Amino acid sequence: MSQPSISKSMTIGESGLALIFAATAFLCMVGAAKAVDAPFAFHASLAAAASVAAVFAILNRYFDRPAELPPQEINGRPNYNLGPIKFASVMAMFWGIAGFTVGLLIASQLAWPALNFDLPWTSFGRMRPLHTSAVIFAFGGNVLIASSFYVVQKTCRTRLAGDLAPWFVVLGYNFFIVIAGTGYLLGVTQSKEYAEPEWYSDLWLTIVWVTYLLVFLATIMKRKEPHIYVANWFYLAFIITIAVLHLGNNPALPVSVFGSKSYIVWGGVQDAMFQWWYGHNAVGFFLTAGFLALMYYFVPKRAERPVYSYRLSIVHFWALIFLYIWAGPHHLHYTALPDWAQTLGMTFSVMLWMPSWGGMINGLMTLSGAWDKLRTDPVLRMLVVSVAFYGMSTFEGPMMSVKVVNSLSHYTDWTIGHVHSGALGWVGFVSFGALYCLVPWLWNRKGLYSLKLVNWHFWTATLGIVLYISAMWVSGILQGLMWRSYTSLGFLEYSFIETVEAMHPFYIIRAAGGALFLIGSLIMAYNLWMTVRVGEAEVQAPIALQPAE
Amino acid sequence: MSFWTRHQVFEKNSIILIVGILVVIAIGGLVEITPLFYLKSTIEAVDGVRPYTPLELMGRNIYVREGCYLCHSQMIRPLRDEVERYGHFSLAAESMYDHPFQWGSKRTGPDLARVGGKYSDDWHVRHLTDPRSIVPQSVMPAYSFLAKTELDPAMIADNMRTLRDVGVPYTDEQIVNAVADLKTQDDPDGADADAFAKRYPKAAVRNFDGNGGAPTEMDALIAYLQMLGTLVDFKLYNEKANLR
Amino acid sequence: MTDHSEIDSVSGTATTGHEWDGIRELNTPLPRWWVYTFYLTIVWAIGYWVLYPAWPLITSNTRGLLGYSSRANVAVELANLDKIRGDRMAALGAASLADIEKDPALLALARARGRTVFGDNCAPCHGSGAAGSKGFPNLNDDDWLWGGTLDQIEQTIRYGARSGNDNGHQGQMLAFGKDGTLKPDEIVTVANYVRSLSGLPTRAGYDAAAGAKIFAENCVACHGENAKGNPELGAPNLTDRIWLYGSDEATIIETITNGRAGVMPAWEGRLDPVTLKAMAVYVHSLGGGK
Ligand code: HEC
Ligand code: HEC
Ligand code: HEC
Ligand code: HEM
Ligand code: HEM
Ligand SMILES: [Ca+2]
Ligand SMILES: [Ca+2]
Ligand SMILES: [Cu+2]
Repeated sequence: MSQPSISKSMTIGESGLALIFAATAFLCMVGAAKAVDAPFAFHASLAAAASVAAVFAILNRYFDRPAELPPQEINGRPNYNLGPIKFASVMAMFWGIAGFTVGLLIASQLAWPALNFDLPWTSFGRMRPLHTSAVIFAFGGNVLIASSFYVVQKTCRTRLAGDLAPWFVVLGYNFFIVIAGTGYLLGVTQSKEYAEPEWYSDLWLTIVWVTYLLVFLATIMKRKEPHIYVANWFYLAFIITIAVLHLGNNPALPVSVFGSKSYIVWGGVQDAMFQWWYGHNAVGFFLTAGFLALMYYFVPKRAERPVYSYRLSIVHFWALIFLYIWAGPHHLHYTALPDWAQTLGMTFSVMLWMPSWGGMINGLMTLSGAWDKLRTDPVLRMLVVSVAFYGMSTFEGPMMSVKVVNSLSHYTDWTIGHVHSGALGWVGFVSFGALYCLVPWLWNRKGLYSLKLVNWHFWTATLGIVLYISAMWVSGILQGLMWRSYTSLGFLEYSFIETVEAMHPFYIIRAAGGALFLIGSLIMAYNLWMTVRVGEAEVQAPIALQPAE
Repeated sequence: MSFWTRHQVFEKNSIILIVGILVVIAIGGLVEITPLFYLKSTIEAVDGVRPYTPLELMGRNIYVREGCYLCHSQMIRPLRDEVERYGHFSLAAESMYDHPFQWGSKRTGPDLARVGGKYSDDWHVRHLTDPRSIVPQSVMPAYSFLAKTELDPAMIADNMRTLRDVGVPYTDEQIVNAVADLKTQDDPDGADADAFAKRYPKAAVRNFDGNGGAPTEMDALIAYLQMLGTLVDFKLYNEKANLR
Repeated sequence: MTDHSEIDSVSGTATTGHEWDGIRELNTPLPRWWVYTFYLTIVWAIGYWVLYPAWPLITSNTRGLLGYSSRANVAVELANLDKIRGDRMAALGAASLADIEKDPALLALARARGRTVFGDNCAPCHGSGAAGSKGFPNLNDDDWLWGGTLDQIEQTIRYGARSGNDNGHQGQMLAFGKDGTLKPDEIVTVANYVRSLSGLPTRAGYDAAAGAKIFAENCVACHGENAKGNPELGAPNLTDRIWLYGSDEATIIETITNGRAGVMPAWEGRLDPVTLKAMAVYVHSLGGGK
């Protein structure tokens, strides 16, 4: 403020973005006024308010900043941009807890249906997408954005590209989450699993995602390292492919440009194929490629060992991204999708097994020479166990893709068990491990507030996962077997409702497992909070890591 | 060694890396999806499948809104226990006008692809209002608010027009009469029943929720449930011609 | 590959010579078992493509040497199921309802078939123990709306009641209040009369004679002179203590005011003819068959 700024002026980015947001605010107000349904009016108002806030934030930042933009380097060392990363890390923790809580709620609803409360916005059908989006896109997405912005700077030895753009990405992305989540509660959904948000949220996400890609790419382009590190291949594949999938699965015509309802352009069997091409690869590129990128940075970093095999990285990277795309039809086995497509889905899923395990091998074997660290470092233990879970669910997945197996597992809790061994074990633990590493680095702390608490987190969460997935395996296989069970006379043995009854004990065990997992994450939040609040600052810091925000 | 050094092309040039990724991820999707649009065998030849009536369409939108597809599939697989339990396996033709499809991926509750006609309207009213009052072991949520919420027919014609834009063969006549048809279907004593029946063959005209007055969300949802799986007459369906 | 590459002291393997934020990479060759397992899955996939429908072409797709089709397969499976069930089902189809009940083997078969079909199709309304609930009759007792002989039960199951099926039972309880035939106080009176028929207490000050008169004028046509009901019309017996909708005054008043027309779906078409027979025998043998 008080700098003797001789020639301080707004950058094109600042003025342009402020103008765009001002215009957006106006358009959104018009939208709110002309809305044909209440949720749209609500969302348009939210967007108007957010746009106005954005204009103020940009202006405020401009008045507060020195005349020059933050330098690329200070004393010959890159001036890393950490602000947006801090924000995304905090949001990851927040959404994680929210998503696990809703997970616990829906798990409890299946055990005790009175918890649906006979209200529209608390019923299972609306809470379940809230859960899946909160854990995958809000929790997982923020972890991915935060870590990618961190890793790309560090491994390219350069400051993040763009001045406002990184902030636009993290804030814009979280705004998307708010719109999507409140939409579910209000019954705004396209009913396409993992792509439920309506057309206007989809459009907004497209803008944010393209910006994300540009920031990431521009940072790689100005790297100081000759080679692009393997983690960044995976981040790039994740960002680009998610963009392609999002565009392919979501084209829709709105009923009114002032209303929330739209109809997907695709219909019937083609829509089903598009959906699971998307759905499976949301798993493959969001929950797998993205988090493999985390693994490739945080595991060697934390273990202080070189990555096991550069050659394996190459082969498994290309094989993985090529084969994944084909595997979607394993979600449509025995449906009205033609047999030929099911065959392709099944065979490619089986071929996907080894490329997936290539990642696991590279992760686990990176520890050779450092296994003893597992005893003393619970964070590393978390990272390693996550890789083990990754290996487990990528063995289970190809197995479930085989048609005979799928004829039993499809539609049952077995799928849910598979999902959560991947989701809690792999995605959850690798994210926790990364956040435990990141927070002290970002806030310039010597270390975590308490490793003992990490240990507690590790064991509660592990116990929770074991309860969750073993309950679902038993219930899923039981359910599948009961559905197809015949008496000796050749008649179906059980009615559907008997199978519902049989699930009850397992639903209670699953809820207990979910509760433990949630408690673990609360321990983590406390630990991270205390790390930031009272943690000892890293003493040597010859260069300012903090950009002038 | 030389084989491995060649990979440096990708490691040193981000644009080449991106192009490589794009090429590699494009192939699978193109090969699997494109043929579904041009192979004749993808959608079976059947008689009887028609677009939803306005009331059924609004019911379907409620089905989507409440997330019923998260517990109920609408896709009977060609497996003997499913065919025995739920009826003839589902055909692609039966969901060809579905934007989006509702096949589902989880069966917490039973498949609904052929639930139409299986129960009475009154049973559905009571089941949706309080499932456990009638099926004590059920874990399905209660939806009592549906009976209390009147349908808002304002946008129904626009909904049908949009669907026509994405390929559902609604006629001008159907769209013009949308609001009237919506009310007609819920009112067995209405005047336009004959014209309605011509526009939507096999559509049931009943007071689905048992309450007079303006159609409610309950009316719409039950109208939708009661038509599920009833359009194709399998006695006339040529099983052999549609193997693929 | 570059001059920076060095040997990692722990593993003895060379690194690639690059370093990113302190991370280096070993140049370990691909694990053999990994490569071979990968090849194995590829070979397996190719074999599968040869045998099964797999690749889309311009106007069709490859069919595979086995000529497999999941839809053709289920027909075979169902035929096999018929084999497991064997001739017994054919015998069930051929026998008359009465003969089935006389033959212990057929009866057992019909009951087994009935039990499994009942669970998925009937229990949602009649309850898993067939004990019914409000509006849905108990099928264990010997009180029948539409008659409890084997043939009558089969008729009800096949065509339903008020089901929209032309052969289904049609009669219904009229809405005396709504259509203005009876005034509210008359309805209260006749409701108490109905309660008195099965010995339930009546309201203080209720006029028994008036009740009997209203009943005789309006109700006997269906429920009969002695109020014992009429299975032709589905009019229930009002003198027993079995109630379809409930015996409290308010419920009876509601019945008389708004009428009743419970719907039992028609199962013809949905269930095959042999199963329909088995259902009739099953229900008949639940305890209350006549
Ligand atoms: C939490 C999971 C859940 C949700 C959400 C749910 N259901 Fe159900 N549904 C069930 C279960 C379990 C049953 C079987 C027990 C029963 O009949 O209630 C069932 C049964 C049914 C049946 C009877 C099917 C049959 O053949 O017996 C219908 C119809 C139905 N549900 C419709 C719906 C509709 C419409 C919605 C959304 C508005 C919905 N359900 C939402 C779990 C659910
Ligand atoms: C939609 C709910 C529903 C379903 C499903 C249903 N029923 Fe019924 N059923 C009824 C109702 C309601 C009645 C009574 C009709 C009336 O009030 O006259 C009835 C009556 C009957 C009767 C006559 C009882 C009497 O007292 O005369 C028989 C027998 C019967 N059902 C058997 C079955 C069988 C067997 C099935 C399964 C194949 C079945 N029902 C499925 C609702 C249902
Ligand atoms: C047109 C024939 C008809 C007439 C007239 C008629 N009823 Fe009914 N009544 C029925 C039928 C049919 C039912 C069963 C409805 C059902 O199964 O849903 C019934 C049911 C009832 C029930 C419910 C019994 C139970 O178990 O819950 C009562 C009470 C009753 N009637 C009383 C009366 C009285 C009082 C009158 C005269 C004021 C009357 N009915 C006139 C046909 C008639
Ligand atoms: C406290 C922890 C959690 C609990 C209690 C929980 C519980 C649940 C429940 C009850 C369901 C619905 C299952 C059904 O419909 O039968 C579900 C679905 C799902 N959850 Fe979780 N969950 C938790 C954490 C997570 C996490 C961390 C992720 C991802 C990172 C995740 C991803 C999913 C997905 C993808 C589905 C949908 C599965 C499908 O459609 O097949 N969950 N969860
Ligand atoms: C080689 C890798 C994998 C393969 C071949 C695979 C295969 C499968 C199969 C066959 C299903 C069941 C489809 C159905 O019957 O409906 C499934 C479901 C699922 N898998 Fe995997 N899986 C793999 C890895 C993973 C991983 C690592 C995750 C991480 C979280 C994951 C998340 C999911 C989810 C969320 C679903 C549920 C989709 C839904 O129905 O909503 N999978 N997977
Ligand atoms: Ca969407
Ligand atoms: Ca109505
Ligand atoms: Cu998948």
